[in-house]
Amino acid sequence: MNSNNDKPHIVPYRTFIFVLLALLVFTFTSIGVTSYNLGPYSVLAALLLATAKTILVLTFFMHLKWDVKLFSILVAAVMALIGVVIFITFLDYLFR
Amino acid sequence: MPGQSHTDEHRDDLGSRFGMWLFIFTELLLFAGLFIVYATYRYKNWQAFHLAAKELNTFIGALNTVILLTSSATIAMSITAIQQKRKILAMVLMGITMAVGVVFLVNKYFEWGLKIQHGLYPGSQTLLEFGKGEVLFFGLYFFMTGLHALHIIVGLIFIGFVFVYVIRNRITFDNYVLLENAGLYWHLVDIIWIFLFPLFYLIT
Repeated sequence: MNSNNDKPHIVPYRTFIFVLLALLVFTFTSIGVTSYNLGPYSVLAALLLATAKTILVLTFFMHLKWDVKLFSILVAAVMALIGVVIFITFLDYLFR
Repeated sequence: MPGQSHTDEHRDDLGSRFGMWLFIFTELLLFAGLFIVYATYRYKNWQAFHLAAKELNTFIGALNTVILLTSSATIAMSITAIQQKRKILAMVLMGITMAVGVVFLVNKYFEWGLKIQHGLYPGSQTLLEFGKGEVLFFGLYFFMTGLHALHIIVGLIFIGFVFVYVIRNRITFDNYVLLENAGLYWHLVDIIWIFLFPLFYLIT
């Protein structure tokens, strides 16, 4: 946000309050969804909600929305790498 | 440099944040590795993991989630406060973050204490009688939440140093990259918990 020669972007307090509320709603939604026994779907729902929460934290709390684009690209690359490793690991376990 | 005056130019805020992000990537890969270990063992021992996960207290896990999310919001707001030259408010928000972080650890202490009282700890006789799956579940539970708690302690020390720097005016409205980096670290700890909570407490 503030590299030395940029004007810093001041994020209003209410933005963080709204993000916090959204995070809490997602948390209670995931508690609610997983309390029903939906088998593999509750795992999927819990992981999707956790991913949505992570994106909110990265975008707003960690200032990626206002920081240099490079950081967002690198975060996406690292997430993609983790995704590929998980995918390949499970290919091995499911089809061995 | 429009709209800003600098007397101290021997710093590189962008480079500083870049370094912090690179460190965060190594942390993400470390925990991702542990999550893969958890996922594959869960896949291979799903019945044991199903029973063992029921032992964990969802309420205390949810409480700690709310606590960590709130502390993440307050440390993020403290950056806004320091940018607006509201030093006292920034210190109050950082203070809330640290206090709430300590509450998280206290909860963890009681949670672990109860598990250990019930004989559920790595290498315990009770656990060995259950079987391989339960041993794996509780081994991973103690290792992963323990490593996460260690990160909370490091984060608290980091924010503690930054807090003193704010008091001494070493961190000001035009030089606060250290506060940003402490915040980034704290948010990383938050993200790790966002995945630990559903995987250990919610999915049974």
